[in-house]
Amino acid sequence: MYTQALSTERPAPASAVEDPALLARFQARIDAEERIEPMDWMPKAYRQTLIRQISQHAHSEIIGMQPEGNWLTRAPSLKRKLQLLAKIQDEGGHGLYLYSAAETLGVSREELVGQLLSGKAKYSSIFNYPTLSWADIGAIGWLVDGAAIMNQIPLCRCSYGPYARAMILICKEESFHQRQGYEIMMTLAKGTPKQKAMAQDALNRWWWPSVMMFGPSDKDSVHSDQAMRWKIKRFTNDALRQKFVDATVPQAHYLGLTIPDPDLTYDEASKHWITGPIDWDEFWRVVKGEGPCNKQRLETRRKVHDDGAWVREAAEAFAAKRRKAKRAAAA
Amino acid sequence: MSSPDQAAHLKYLLRLADTSLILGHRLSEWSGRAPTLEEDIALSNIGLDLIGQARPLYAHAARLEGQGRSEDDLAFLRDPEEYLNLQIVERPNKDFAVTMARQLAYSTFAELAWSALKASRDPEIAGVAAKAEKECTYHVRHSAEWVIRLGDGTAESHARMQAGLDDVWMYTGEMFEVDDIDRAMIAAGIGFDASALKPRWTEAMREVIAEATLKMPGDGWMSTGGRRGVHTEHLGHLLAQMQVLPRAHPGAAW
Repeated sequence: MYTQALSTERPAPASAVEDPALLARFQARIDAEERIEPMDWMPKAYRQTLIRQISQHAHSEIIGMQPEGNWLTRAPSLKRKLQLLAKIQDEGGHGLYLYSAAETLGVSREELVGQLLSGKAKYSSIFNYPTLSWADIGAIGWLVDGAAIMNQIPLCRCSYGPYARAMILICKEESFHQRQGYEIMMTLAKGTPKQKAMAQDALNRWWWPSVMMFGPSDKDSVHSDQAMRWKIKRFTNDALRQKFVDATVPQAHYLGLTIPDPDLTYDEASKHWITGPIDWDEFWRVVKGEGPCNKQRLETRRKVHDDGAWVREAAEAFAAKRRKAKRAAAA
Repeated sequence: MSSPDQAAHLKYLLRLADTSLILGHRLSEWSGRAPTLEEDIALSNIGLDLIGQARPLYAHAARLEGQGRSEDDLAFLRDPEEYLNLQIVERPNKDFAVTMARQLAYSTFAELAWSALKASRDPEIAGVAAKAEKECTYHVRHSAEWVIRLGDGTAESHARMQAGLDDVWMYTGEMFEVDDIDRAMIAAGIGFDASALKPRWTEAMREVIAEATLKMPGDGWMSTGGRRGVHTEHLGHLLAQMQVLPRAHPGAAW
């Protein structure tokens, strides 16, 4: 799904800690649009930024399985059941793929998962909101995956090769999910009065958190400048957010639904939809742990991890026994 | 729907479809909850295969019935006593060992069953069977590997895996029953003789269980009735959850 690449710490500038000649050569490669590969020299801060961003993205995929999983056993038709199961499975696959991309930077999956379970690592705040009706499954596909795509398509050209390549596959699947989500919304919007109300209610609850998915406004974003120079990021948070709003507002109108923003206006001069003020207090509150489902999501993940411990231990013990037997046979 | 053979044919299709759907639903309950990410993906895969087997069979049953019901009406608007799945597939997941024991027992049977059904004179059944047999080959391999790993892993996993097999065993007898509906379908060249599969199933199970260093449970009293609409306590809860939206919004499309 998506990462906000959030951090509240400001790292030391790379120029203060790295060899200037290596740094200049690295920047020249980036400027020439070359891909950086795992064995290449890279500044520590570049490595750290990528580890944080890719692992946050992976965690978001894994935590993001929960709000949708909440409706999996209640999907209302065989087609929807298959679609949702496959979608959540895709998210698990994205998580796996992204953990592997992070591992190319010299960190293990166990370590990263440990950071998630301890609460040290962040994941996309959007998943700290509850899924209260079936329409939320449509809204997540349409809005959350829609926002994710806006953010992720430029990442297909990210300077770090393994991440860029992972994003190409992930983006293809995300756009499929987005279309499915919109199709669910369309079905509901054209359905019974109760279904239409369900769709509107879901839009009301998911709109602002989706708009906030692009992260803080450019003027408050800690990492933007350096990440842009390193081509980890290609567009600013606000530019991506605007793109999302411009694409999504007409889609809502087509559904006959109302965007829950009384100040939303179309600016003829710039050809942009301009939203009302964003509640950044809510954003930071949820990022810092005070959202409706933060505790629940982590508790669930920890329980899954603990419940599966005996299985993972058994698999390791079994593999060790087999290795030993193989060695004994060879000796 | 008039002749007795057609009634039997419809029930036969529902038995097959219900069994695949209910097990697929049970596996979907593991989504986001499996012991590893890789296993999460694998269990979803198996679930997708199973629900994918059920869907064309429901569509076929709906056409055969000719009462204007859709595949979704059959899946989402029938009561527990109208469901005709094997009891083994409605059993709760409990822990991973119980889930794997259930999967191995069922998939080993299903692989043999679908293989026989490839020769069905009902082309829809034969079509599903050709695909399902291949899928089940993978399901058997996957669950057998886990039963062996857990049986021959740690003391805890060994105990849990044995408990898993013991838990599921009394629901395996039903798989090999042959009743009047089966006999009518066998006579029509549509169905297969499940009783004939028992020796091969037992042999395949014995092999895996031995490699897993586990004990083959004894064939004691066997629970039965699923294929006649008599179920365990668990199916009602499963269906209450699965059917909640179509039941709460009659006539709505999703």
